[in-house]
Amino acid sequence: MVEFFTTTNLGIALLILGQCLLVVLPLLVALAFLMYADRKIWAAVQMRKGPNIVGAFGLLQSFADFLKYIVKEVVVPAGADKPVYFLAPMISLVMALIAWAAIPFNDGWVISDLNVAILYIFAVSSLEVYGVIMGGWASNSKYPFLGALRSAAQMVSYEVSIGLIIIGVILSSGSMNFGDIVQAQDGEYGLFSWYWLPHLPMVVLFFISALAETNRPPFDLPEAESELVAGYQVEYSSTPFLLFMIGELVAIVLMCALMSLLFFGGWLSPVSWLPDGIWWMILKMLAVFFMISIVKALVPRYRYDQLMRIGWKVFLPLSLAWVVLVAFFAQYGAFGGAYARWAVGG
Amino acid sequence: MADFDYVRAGKYFLLFDFFKGFGLGMKYFFSPKATLNYPHEKGPLSPRFRGEHALRRYSNGEERCIACKLCEAICPAQAITIDAEPREDGSRRTTRYDIDMTKCIYCGFCQEACPVDAIVEGPNFEFSTETREELFYDKDKLLENGDRWEAEIARNLEMDAPYR
Repeated sequence: MVEFFTTTNLGIALLILGQCLLVVLPLLVALAFLMYADRKIWAAVQMRKGPNIVGAFGLLQSFADFLKYIVKEVVVPAGADKPVYFLAPMISLVMALIAWAAIPFNDGWVISDLNVAILYIFAVSSLEVYGVIMGGWASNSKYPFLGALRSAAQMVSYEVSIGLIIIGVILSSGSMNFGDIVQAQDGEYGLFSWYWLPHLPMVVLFFISALAETNRPPFDLPEAESELVAGYQVEYSSTPFLLFMIGELVAIVLMCALMSLLFFGGWLSPVSWLPDGIWWMILKMLAVFFMISIVKALVPRYRYDQLMRIGWKVFLPLSLAWVVLVAFFAQYGAFGGAYARWAVGG
Repeated sequence: MADFDYVRAGKYFLLFDFFKGFGLGMKYFFSPKATLNYPHEKGPLSPRFRGEHALRRYSNGEERCIACKLCEAICPAQAITIDAEPREDGSRRTTRYDIDMTKCIYCGFCQEACPVDAIVEGPNFEFSTETREELFYDKDKLLENGDRWEAEIARNLEMDAPYR
């Protein structure tokens, strides 16, 4: 039985399929509740109760929404480029999902233990912009097109700073593999050994860039209900719209996972007397998700020129300077090497 | 660099505004919620609330309306249509009393104009219909409303009386 799954081609394929289902299904179920949590948190800050009718405390609201999306009619604009129009939401969802192949949830709990996992995720999340651009273009309508244009510029701008921030972490850990990065954060000081402390400014920058990268408020200019109606999603309805929504949310949760792996020690326990495990990873992801969703309620939407100014004139120089600084520490170990040992681990 | 605002720059880079906003947000996050679960809970209504129209009766069952047509005359939206003929007993009564609820702007002038408190706007605001035709109220519908809401309407009129 074991040989079948480790030696034959069919067995390996089935094993990988099973692993993928094991990641994707809990992820999608969790997504339904995260969507609900998002709405609840948003409502709570505005002194509303949020969804509370469907199921106990409204817990089944997302499933009701899901059913509604499924049974609605698919409306295709007359001038739309049909193949591209339907390809766009699929790309958006698939690109968001395949990134999870390289995300470990616990020591060794990963579908593909890539040695260049960060590079892979970075590449895939860059491709997500295609879903948005194709959706905006194929709709053949002005608001979606404007939304897609904004989104393209926005996602490209913030990928630059995200990339530079990640380089700082790679320099510190000396690896692009998430397992190694998390192991490098395992130290005698518990949660103070994690990279959030030595890389503190970059945690904030990464968080804000992640918001911009996933088109979350306050950087939701591609959607911008008040000016572009819903940006690239205007002409979408029913299941294609659902795919866009899920894709967006999966990308957000992916950013939560990245934050937790790169800066908050992944599955490592914050204190030495508690065991490491997947629950820490989930807890950290939930904490980051809470921050991401509460920001939506707190911060007004940025103007487009402000978005670009922050991306190129603030985040890019800051993250670049940080990379230089970390590289300097890594090479020369200034200040007696104390900070370098802490930040770089050597 | 004399005019450089270090405090403002410091606040900008330390995300002062964001953390302040986060604190405020958390305050409201845990504060009691203002939501009213509408179909189950309802907000308070003033006695002067102007909702769905009703034609009232006297306690002996006689309808109040004497077909003076003051309401029809004052209605700014011209939503009221009245026809009148003397009844067998010689009293002046309406044969037709229609209100087009889709025209009505709920100003309450009909109620103000009425010398016998016959047409009133009651406390009911949940009278949505599925078709437009159902909103063209005739005399029977208005009298039925009056019978159904008489208790509330009488109480509201009584509570409002000292201020008139």
